[in-house]
Order: sequence, then structure tokens, then C-alpha cells
Amino acid sequence: MSTHAVPLDTIVLLPDQATATIPKKNYITAEHGLLSWLLTGDHKRIAMLYLISITFFFFIGGAFAGMIRLELLTPQPDLVSSDTYNKFFTMHGIIMIFLFLVPSVPATLGNFLMPIMLGAKDLAFPKINLLSWYLYLVGGALTLAALILGGVDTGWTFTTPLSTHYLNTHVITAGMAIFVAGFSSIFTGLNFIVTIHRMRAPGMTWFRMPLFCWSHYAASILMVLGTPVLAITLVLVVLERTVGIGVFDPTKGGDPLLFQHLFWFYSHPAVYIMILPGMGVISEVISTFSRKRVFGYTAVAFSSVAIALFGFFVWAHHMFIMGVSNYSALVFSLLTMLVAVPSAIKIFNWAFTLHKGSITFETPMLYAFGFMGLFTIGGLTGVFLGSLGMDIHLTETYFIVAHFHFVMVGGMLMAFLAGVHFWWPKMTGRMYPESLSKLAAVTTFIGFNLTFLPQFILGYLGMPRRYHAYPQEFQVLNVLSTAGATVLGIGYMLPLLYLGWSLKYGAIAGDNPWQATGLEWQIQSPPLTENFTEIPIVDYEAYDYEWLEKKQKEQVTTVG
Amino acid sequence: MPHETAVHEPHEHIFVPQHRHHFETEEQQREAGSFGMWLFLLTEIMFFGGLFFAYLLYRNWYYPAFVVASNQLNVKEGAINTAVLITSGFFMALGVYYAEVRNRKMLVWMLIFTTIFGCAFLGVKVDEYHEKYEKHHIPGASFSIHDFVNPPIDQKTGLPTEKALAPDMAQHTEIFFFLYFAMTGMHALHMIIGIGLLAWLIWRSNRGDFTDGYVAPIENFGLYWHFVDIVWLFLFPLLYLINRHPMK
Repeated sequence: MSTHAVPLDTIVLLPDQATATIPKKNYITAEHGLLSWLLTGDHKRIAMLYLISITFFFFIGGAFAGMIRLELLTPQPDLVSSDTYNKFFTMHGIIMIFLFLVPSVPATLGNFLMPIMLGAKDLAFPKINLLSWYLYLVGGALTLAALILGGVDTGWTFTTPLSTHYLNTHVITAGMAIFVAGFSSIFTGLNFIVTIHRMRAPGMTWFRMPLFCWSHYAASILMVLGTPVLAITLVLVVLERTVGIGVFDPTKGGDPLLFQHLFWFYSHPAVYIMILPGMGVISEVISTFSRKRVFGYTAVAFSSVAIALFGFFVWAHHMFIMGVSNYSALVFSLLTMLVAVPSAIKIFNWAFTLHKGSITFETPMLYAFGFMGLFTIGGLTGVFLGSLGMDIHLTETYFIVAHFHFVMVGGMLMAFLAGVHFWWPKMTGRMYPESLSKLAAVTTFIGFNLTFLPQFILGYLGMPRRYHAYPQEFQVLNVLSTAGATVLGIGYMLPLLYLGWSLKYGAIAGDNPWQATGLEWQIQSPPLTENFTEIPIVDYEAYDYEWLEKKQKEQVTTVG
Repeated sequence: MPHETAVHEPHEHIFVPQHRHHFETEEQQREAGSFGMWLFLLTEIMFFGGLFFAYLLYRNWYYPAFVVASNQLNVKEGAINTAVLITSGFFMALGVYYAEVRNRKMLVWMLIFTTIFGCAFLGVKVDEYHEKYEKHHIPGASFSIHDFVNPPIDQKTGLPTEKALAPDMAQHTEIFFFLYFAMTGMHALHMIIGIGLLAWLIWRSNRGDFTDGYVAPIENFGLYWHFVDIVWLFLFPLLYLINRHPMK
């Protein structure tokens, strides 16, 4: 154990590289062969399987984004036909939302970390956890099938009667894909809730849990309660297409608005399914790299639950221009503004955590800063869209595209990358290359802003979304956006390359390179199959850096 | 079921073969399993909730069509089915009891009775669906509103058996029948899955898997089976009874 003084510009403390080794016994080396991975019950292995699969789909979805931006480089429709363009943005949306964003943090980092953070050997239902991954694969395969057979062009929202009567593409296959992938998400959520309720280690009270667990708890509630409604809605769309049942068909007395209500009852909370786990990551990262307990821990914890609760009662703000009653529009507008409050609580509390903290700027922290800035812009423009008058002008324009990309890409993807870098040493036992990854974080930030800031202006000027041609005067801003997308693409390729490189050549990380307080940092990296040699007894609060210091001193004296 | 036949001290490790190694105690495992099952049933409520919401909406919009279409359902068979299903649930509850008192033979018999009554329910349901087919009440291809626009004349009184609907309102009976098929069909699908699980549970019970103190699968399946019963207890009045009143 090294005892030399910590330099002020970094908290990274690695073991002596000349003598350090990766522990011989860990979850990766526990068993060998492909089958030992495909039939595993270990939450950490399932997390790695998920990580590989969602990365695969991320780059497919990203390729479609690239094609969209390439078409929009010029005002003329010169790269693809309008039908193909419709398929591009539909496949981009479906893949990114259902196969990347929804499972991104929960199924990878959440799967890996939740049991360890709670002091358990595994999630409550390891087999259901594995089943969830297979369902994800089936959903992914069906999506690829729909793609290869010729694609879908309904938009990811499956709007009726467009999706049921007017299009002849593979709506049914895509609907089935989302139906199946939905159950994978339900099982993940169910597993988390049961694990949090029933499997916390002795002493791990609700208010000693890391905020990562709280935000996953809130997201799980949304997964469990929201996703089944999407499932039944998709069943109805499929039946409407195949049998012509008339439930969404105005000519038979059905109501297309009913579809909107049912669809957004899931798909609005889904936004919080996507962002809440990311917020959990940010809490961990901000605390670790400012060496302070998260300011207002209880408020941040409850704000997650509040977001989950409010999140269920704002769905009709997607329907302000669809002829819902003025009175219900008023109520939903008000509720939409209220849901911004718990999100703001989080941002303010993170800012106060930074206040007078000993801040260092490692890669996860850079991504976290990116998150805070971009999510704030994304969230505030959401309030613009939530106010009725503004919404009439801005909805269905590039303003809304920019808004949700700020939240989902600027927010969630930044948080995902922050988390992947932060826990990479724990997952693999090796460090990523610090300077290169800092470059990637900055590149991503610059590329992101260059891509999506111009879209706010485009939308405000009235450029509609979902068209592959536009008037001449919008070209400058579109060229900026496409240039930004290129930079962003490089920013996303870099981690793929250097993280792959680090698997073999990265510095040995040791148990706790960040000197963080979470239970996951008190065990070896990579962890053992059942995480702990004996179940820990938790006798300290979350983010207690003094406890850690005391513990480290004791270790030094006993070893020395 | 609050029956605790074996009391486990916390942290006391009693390893039965079914104990999964990642749980600290058997009690923890049992609680986690049952909690997970309740959560799953919650997702089921939300799943059926979408259909119930559609029913609520269209019933409000097309009330006359819903009244007339509802009168076309076979109340007698619906009532018989309600009784059959409750009986099946009763045997399931007895099955849980016999698993807890570790009576293998009775457990197997109770599960068999549960299955028989479940199958009987499905049989009656098939008969009902067939009747709808004959009357052209299956939404989609061959749906006919003829009987709703021109109700058949009662032989004795010489009066129409039902109030005639205007053609545009009569069209909306199709939505009622769609909801009828979607809701009862989704319910029947849950029954079929349940019967499949029952077959597996009977086979394992016969091996004696659930009569040595490890009753969680029986208990949790019982929860599922009762849930499916309860869905029917909402469907029966909403679809068959709520609009029924004598035609004068």
C-alpha cells in the first residue's frame, strides 16, 4: 500500500504498477467458454453482455443519424428519396430509444452495480435477469429483421391511423420488436425493485443507499408501471393492421387520440426511465470528484421519486396540437412545469455539492459537467414547450428535435459515458488512458453543441422536423449541424477504441482508484463472482469521506 | 398466505436444495419471490388497464350500441363460467394449503381439479366464441350489423326483441365486440399460460418437490391464478351484466 502524498490536481491513486496484478480470481476468470457467458446468472456478466449489445445497436442507430445529417447538408433532396428518409429517422428513433437509451444505464451499469452497492451477492432473480437479456436480443433481432426487410416509416411514435391504414412497411415486425424489448425492460425494473426492498445488507438503510440506487428505484417504478401500457397499445396497433378492429379507426367510430393517450402514457414516463439512471450516475461522480457528500442527499433522493410520480401525469403535453380540450391542456401544461421542479432540485444540489468542494477534473467529471450544462438547457427548453402558446409555434419543428436531443444525448449519453469511464476500472480492473479520454469528452461536448444549438434556431425560424428538403435560407445552420454531427461521431468512436485498447494495456487500477466511498470500491476489481467474501455490515452514511480516510489509515498501519 | 409452518431465525443458514445461494436466508428468498410476483401482477393490471380504459371511453361515447351489443352476450354461459372459475380458484387455494401442510397426494389432486375447471372455463368460452361466429359478431371480415338495424321479431308478441339502432350507431357495436374479444381473449390467453404452468407444477408436485417446506412456486402460482380470476370478475359484469335490463 503506497503512502505517498496525493497530488492536488488529481485524486487518482493507483497501486505500484511494477508489482500490481489483476486478481487471479474474479468474475471474468471464474468460468471459461462461450456457454459460461450465455448461460450465466451473474449480474456482472449479464451487464457486460448488455454493454456489448447496446454498443452494437448504438452504432447502428448512429449510422442512421449520420445519414440523416448527410441528407440535410443541402436543401435539395439529393441523397435519398423522401420514403427512404422517413425510414432513416424512424429506424434511428426506434433503435436509439428502445434498444439503446432505455436499457443503457440500468441494464449495464445498474445491473453491474446495484447488488454491489446494496451489499448483495446478486440481483434477486438472476435467471429473470438473463431472460431479460435474451428478450432484448429477440427485440433487437426483430428490429434488424424489420430493417433488412425494408424498414418502417411511421416515426418511432407509430402514430395512428398513419401506422395502421396508410403505410405498407414492416410496422408489425417493429411493433413486435418493441413489445418484446419492453418485457426485457419490465424484468430489469422488477428485479431492481425487489433487490432494493429485500436484499440490502445489514445496516444499509434506505437513506444510506447511494443516490444511484434511489434513481434506479424511481426509474424501475416507471418501467414496471408504464411499459405494460405500451405493450397493450402495440398489440392493439397490430390487431388494427391485421384484423381491422376499428379501435383507433375513425371511420369505424374509433379514436386515434386514444392511441395517443395510451402511447404517451408510457412514452412520456419513458423519458424519465432514460434520464433518471443517468442522474444517479451524475450524483456518484460529482460527489467523488469534489470529495463531498451530495448536498441535500434526502432532497435528491426524493426528487427522483417525485420525478417518477409527476412523470406519469404530464403525457398529454405531447398532444396540445391534436385537439385535446383546452381545460385538460391547461392542467397538463401546469403539471409539465411542475415536473421541472424536482429536476431543478437535482441540478441545484449538484451545484451546491461542487461549492467549496475539492474539485478535480478527471474524465467522468468532465462528462458530468457536460451533463449538467446540456441537461439544464434541455430541461429549460422543455418548459418553453410545456407552455401552451409557445408549444403551438414550436412543436413539430427542429426546436423540439433539439430539445429532446439535449436531454437524451446531451444528458443521458453524457451520463452514460461518465458512468462507463467512472466504473471502467471496477468492471475491467484497468484504467482507461486519461488524456485521450479527456480529449474525447471535450470533443463530444463541442460536437454536441455544434450539432444541436443550430437546431434550436432552425426550429424557432420554423423548419419542420421529418422533411428531407428545406428552403435555401436554412442551409448555413444545417451545414453547421452536420459538421457538428461529424465531430460528435468522432467523439463517440474514440472511447470505443481506447476502452478496447485499455482491456489489455490499461494501467492496473487497484480496488479504489478514485478513493470513493461506495461499497463497490471497497472490494477487489474486477469483483469476485458473488461480489463479497462475506456480506458487509454497513455502519457509515453514504459519501462519508472521513470514514474512508480513517479506514485507509487503519489499513496502512496494520499493513505497515 | 400467512401460514408459517417453519420459523427461521434471521441469519440462520438452513440449506434446502431449493435454496438459491445468493440469498442469505430461505426466508429472504421466499419474501423476494412473493414480492416479485406481486410486482408482476401490478404490471398485469397496467396491461389490462389499457383495455379497460378503451372500454370506459367507448362505452361513454356509444352507449346505445354498447347496451344492445351487450344484450347479445350469453349471460347463462357467462354466469356458469364465473362459477366454474371461482371453483377452480377454490381448489387452487386448497392446493396452497395442502402444500403447506405437506400433503403430497392432496396437493396433486387439488392442482388437477384446478386444471380441470380451468379447461372447462375455456371450453365454455369456445362455445361462446362459436356462437358469435354464427351471429356474425366477430369484428373484422364478416361482421354484420343487420340484426342491430333490423332486430328479429319475437314470434309470440310480434314485437322486435331489441330496440332498432340507426345504422351509424349500429356500426359502433363492432367496437363493443372487438373489446369483448380483446378482453376475454387476453384473459383466456392468461388462462392457457396458467394451465401450461399447472401441468408443470402437477408433475413436480407429484415428485414431491413442494411438500418438504418449499412451497413458494405453488404460492406464487396461486397468486397468478387468483389474479386471472379477479380479472374475470371485472369482465363479467362490465361486458355481460351492466347494460342488461328487460326490453319492454
